[in-house]
Amino acid sequence: VEAASVPGGERSILGRSPLARFPDRALKYGLTILAGLILVLIVYFFFRLVGEAKPAFAKFGVLGFTFDNDWNVNAEQFGALPLVVGTLITSGLALLIGVPVAVATAVYVTELSPRRVRGPITILIELLAAVPSVVYGLWGIFFLAPKLQPAEQWVADRLSFVPFIGGGIATIPNYFVTGLVLAIMILPIVSAISREVMATVPLDHKEAALGLGATRWEMIRIAVLPYCRSGIVGGAMLGLGRAIGETIAVTILIGDAPQLGGHLFGQGYSLAASIANEFGEAQGLHRSALFAAALVLFVLTLLVNGVARIFVLRAAKPGSSKPTGGAAQAADAADVAVGA
Amino acid sequence: MNAQTPSSEKLARFNVSPARQRRDRIARGTILAATVLALIPLLLIVYYLLSKGLSSWSPSFFTTDPTGNTFFKSSSIGGIKSAIFGTIEMVALASVISVPIGVGVAVWLVEYGKNSWFAQLVRFFIDVLTGVPSIVFGLFIYIVLIVGTGSSFAGYKGALALSLLMLPVVTRSAEVILLLVPGALRESALALGAPRWRVIVSIVLPTALPGMVTGVLLAVARAAGETAPLLFTAAAAKATSFNLGGFMNSLPVQIYSDVTSPTTAVVNRAWGAALTLVVMILLLNLIARLIARRSRLA
Repeated sequence: VEAASVPGGERSILGRSPLARFPDRALKYGLTILAGLILVLIVYFFFRLVGEAKPAFAKFGVLGFTFDNDWNVNAEQFGALPLVVGTLITSGLALLIGVPVAVATAVYVTELSPRRVRGPITILIELLAAVPSVVYGLWGIFFLAPKLQPAEQWVADRLSFVPFIGGGIATIPNYFVTGLVLAIMILPIVSAISREVMATVPLDHKEAALGLGATRWEMIRIAVLPYCRSGIVGGAMLGLGRAIGETIAVTILIGDAPQLGGHLFGQGYSLAASIANEFGEAQGLHRSALFAAALVLFVLTLLVNGVARIFVLRAAKPGSSKPTGGAAQAADAADVAVGA
Repeated sequence: MNAQTPSSEKLARFNVSPARQRRDRIARGTILAATVLALIPLLLIVYYLLSKGLSSWSPSFFTTDPTGNTFFKSSSIGGIKSAIFGTIEMVALASVISVPIGVGVAVWLVEYGKNSWFAQLVRFFIDVLTGVPSIVFGLFIYIVLIVGTGSSFAGYKGALALSLLMLPVVTRSAEVILLLVPGALRESALALGAPRWRVIVSIVLPTALPGMVTGVLLAVARAAGETAPLLFTAAAAKATSFNLGGFMNSLPVQIYSDVTSPTTAVVNRAWGAALTLVVMILLLNLIARLIARRSRLA
């Protein structure tokens, strides 16, 4: 055809002039730079945090800071073990209580419930994620903790021979109440991810189990749960990451006592709570120690979330008979739905 | 072909044994019980918020600042006007910052980055941001804008901390929605001779808009409820302020400082403020869900 080139020009008629190509280039490189800037920003923040934490690490050593059991602001002694242990105990409790309940709700909604209640239950559980953490703290300290205290004392008295659980005096703010409230707070995310992963179990597997004469529960046990194992583990780890980083509810509920709590119903401290509680008045080495605590917290959540992502991604490809990436996408969607 | 043909003995072989039946019933009962158990906290929280919060609601509760005297029973302790305005101002500024950046990065990931190593790296860092505890965001801003500049707390610094918190939520949700825009739509626009930027601006973004609004509203709802990033960035002035360069109050910080008070009236104000905050967040969630339902994509 004649019109293949513009008279007097090298350019094909289908090509664009450099001027017309400009907005395209600008958009492409502009957005690339934007994405790159985010990387730079995060790395910059990280190094600034390390810089601020350096005096504390220099004085006590990284391991000494993290594992020494001595957090004494007046004596300028900062060993964060009571904080680390408090964080781990409360978030461990949250997993112990929260994950079985969350998985049970997911099983109920996907496998057992009548169709009509499916939507409402899902929405009600997701509403738990909409409650701000300061409101959980307020509710926990004025309602839940005082109501539970007599029961906690009863358990502590009866189990006085069990180390860590029995013996001591149950205070109103304590590890157990903190763990319980954290369990409620992580319930929506663990439940949402488990539910989305369970929805990807192939119908064939379930029908095969039922066809071989399995009862409903046996079908859930042999067909649904093993298929979803890594997805559920991933969801639980994401919940653990949340629980570790949770600040305000924990600060209100844990008692803020800078010591290694002797028992389950005693007061303690956590990494995030120490920052929220002390940073306002902190100076010099104390402030640096709190930045160091933030760094330990940051690295801890990074590790937990990294492991969680690996498990959730692996959930995408355990079997051969399913569309690839289903579970990972489902987990992403769940993440977004509960405001991750 | 009558019902008596299979002997009772034969029938028994197809029946589930009583032990298995019992186990099935117990397991299903436990699962149902756990589900009911999971719903109880929400009921209790809503009940307590309503019963304690509504009694402190009054017209003056919303029109006065929390500057009142707490020592004399007769005097009013003041309401939460400055906290409501502070939350709205800071969350609005945080959205203005994080939404364009978040959507921009999501567009880049879906339209340009795709599965390149650089895009994977960006995704990884966004995931890292998702997991960062909210108080650490506050410390980031504190280090850079308060230690770094030697100045004091300010509303816009709080807003920046909140925008860091919102950024990964906005980006991830926008990316999920943009991926759902059918490739055929893009291809037909390109085939008609539209340049790439026109395809993105006139085809991809409008198609994805309702879904992205949902994600943004959920991010806003989350930012509105956050206390920790504001503690050491915006501090808490008691008086109503429209100056984002000065100290600024917010609902979560107001609640947090009221919780620790020994005065009953102040604690009651915390309940009233908590009810206000939860109602605001639930409204945002509700709107987000309604828009999501009307979206063609999700």
